[in-house]
Amino acid sequence: MINVTVTDTVFELSKHDKAEIDAWVAQYPLEHKRSAVIPALHIAQKANGGWLSEEAMKAVADYLGLPQIQVFEVATFYSMFELSPVGKHKLCVCTNVSCMLNGSDEIVAHLKKRLKINLGETTADNKFTLKEVECLGACVNAPVLQLGHQFHEKLTPEKIDALLAELE
Amino acid sequence: MIAVDQICFRANDLPEPWTLKTYESLGGYKIWRDILQNKTDPVVLLEQIKNSFLRGRGGAGFPTGLKWSFISRNNPGQKYVVCNSDEGEPGTCKDRDILRYNPHQLIEGMAIAGYVMGATVGYNYIRGEFDEPIHRFHEALKEAYAAGFLGKNILNSGFDFDLYHHIGAGAYICGEETALLESLEGKRGNPRFKPPFPASYGLYGCPTTINNTETFASVPVILEKGADWFLELGKPKNGGMKIFCVSGHVNNPGNFEVPLGLPFKDLLEMAGGVRNGHRLKAVIPGGSSAPILPADIMMNLDMDFDSLAQAGSMLGSGAVIVMDETTCMVKILARIAHFYFEESCGQCTPCREGTGWMSRILHRILHGEGRKEHLTLLDNVAENIMGRTICALGDAAAMPVRSFIQHFRSEFEYHIEHGKCNLSGHHHDRN
Repeated sequence: MINVTVTDTVFELSKHDKAEIDAWVAQYPLEHKRSAVIPALHIAQKANGGWLSEEAMKAVADYLGLPQIQVFEVATFYSMFELSPVGKHKLCVCTNVSCMLNGSDEIVAHLKKRLKINLGETTADNKFTLKEVECLGACVNAPVLQLGHQFHEKLTPEKIDALLAELE
Repeated sequence: MIAVDQICFRANDLPEPWTLKTYESLGGYKIWRDILQNKTDPVVLLEQIKNSFLRGRGGAGFPTGLKWSFISRNNPGQKYVVCNSDEGEPGTCKDRDILRYNPHQLIEGMAIAGYVMGATVGYNYIRGEFDEPIHRFHEALKEAYAAGFLGKNILNSGFDFDLYHHIGAGAYICGEETALLESLEGKRGNPRFKPPFPASYGLYGCPTTINNTETFASVPVILEKGADWFLELGKPKNGGMKIFCVSGHVNNPGNFEVPLGLPFKDLLEMAGGVRNGHRLKAVIPGGSSAPILPADIMMNLDMDFDSLAQAGSMLGSGAVIVMDETTCMVKILARIAHFYFEESCGQCTPCREGTGWMSRILHRILHGEGRKEHLTLLDNVAENIMGRTICALGDAAAMPVRSFIQHFRSEFEYHIEHGKCNLSGHHHDRN
């Protein structure tokens, strides 16, 4: 069951966000603006602090001139889109085969211990979200996690400690 | 180390290999200039691709030249070329490196494909997680436009080709070509019924050719050095070099671009051999969808499409996942089954229900709750998924289940009978 979170906050796409969406729209034939929906949702998610509220999705639908359902159904299909608030730092840990063979269990256990949360949870101070993800496509450098735009590869518990210290 | 003529990775060791300057220093865009200046007959180019026996590098191994010939160049109307950089098959990480280190060769390959098929617009669909590769490809596009290699009336040839990047947002299924097209149209990634095939009804309902990143990136070098040169690098019907992503229990995991037909034992040696002096137990030779093969079979196999198919598996995307003697097969299969359950789009009942069912059974076996009848049930569910779904994800979910149980049945039986692992003697922890 997928729940969309409704908040009281108003969401508006900034001038800059709109310009970025426009650049995507320009790539597709005029009558196929809908093609820009995934890039536009990425932009809205970033502008909304890492997740898509119903207001953020509606703003994308309005801006692209699409029925809201066409935006909602995309937002709920793809795993990079978050439908409830996430922490400031979203740690996406791959646990698929190549990572598992190289100790992702240990990495997950260490992160759970350090952050005192389970997979899929956010710390009480809203700083960290821990998420299990499927193959990130960096298997020869397993185990791997994604934080923001960056992959962190060949992870060890020590590297996790150093990363967390940097983020504190 | 064997002497190699690298193709997609030929720039990797140079400084800033992703720049136009470096690519041109390797002779990059020369073929593209020649084609445009000489107005080379597209039929001649198509013949060269056919003769090279370049086969699709994304997983299916379909002959690229044949695929391109499905597009009627002279039919009026818009046509598209689309690159599949939605690399997500567990174990696969080669397209990421092509995008990061050799994006111009991909651009040149796509432009040539557009010329051959009379397509004036192309898109490269890159998975959303690949931030650095997306950035590199986008920068390369800007450079190529600035240098006049893309756009309208390219180098005064009268030929137009516009190329764009597009990003996904986390969905393995979008690597399936018709799901990719749906996603590119801004929809959920639900695969389409085939026929009609993309060659007649593809992006926005127009004729479309979709190839993998490595496939397109191979094209300029094939045309530069010749179809025979390429074919002779590999084996008959298995032309050229292939990138293998060797991961798992090896000392030196990495991406290796080697001739098709290289014996597996040589590839294993390039990857530093099995870690810690352990013994090899099994290999998934072509990404998680490919049936697993035990060590004794693998050590006598060559890495090409036909050899792996004859051995009951497949070359797939070239993702070689190596497992040593300490590996619990129940645990690995349970993880793979969970993956397909997560990634099923849910359109077809056998896949939507079957992947979850198999995943739940395997987790029960893994955690000491297995029953005797479970192995027969697993086989039955797998059999009822295979061939009964719109796309190949159903088969991809079923094949690992059948092959793991076929080759390692006794391990599954031990787990069921004793409620624990025969390797560690313990219960497996739940995550």
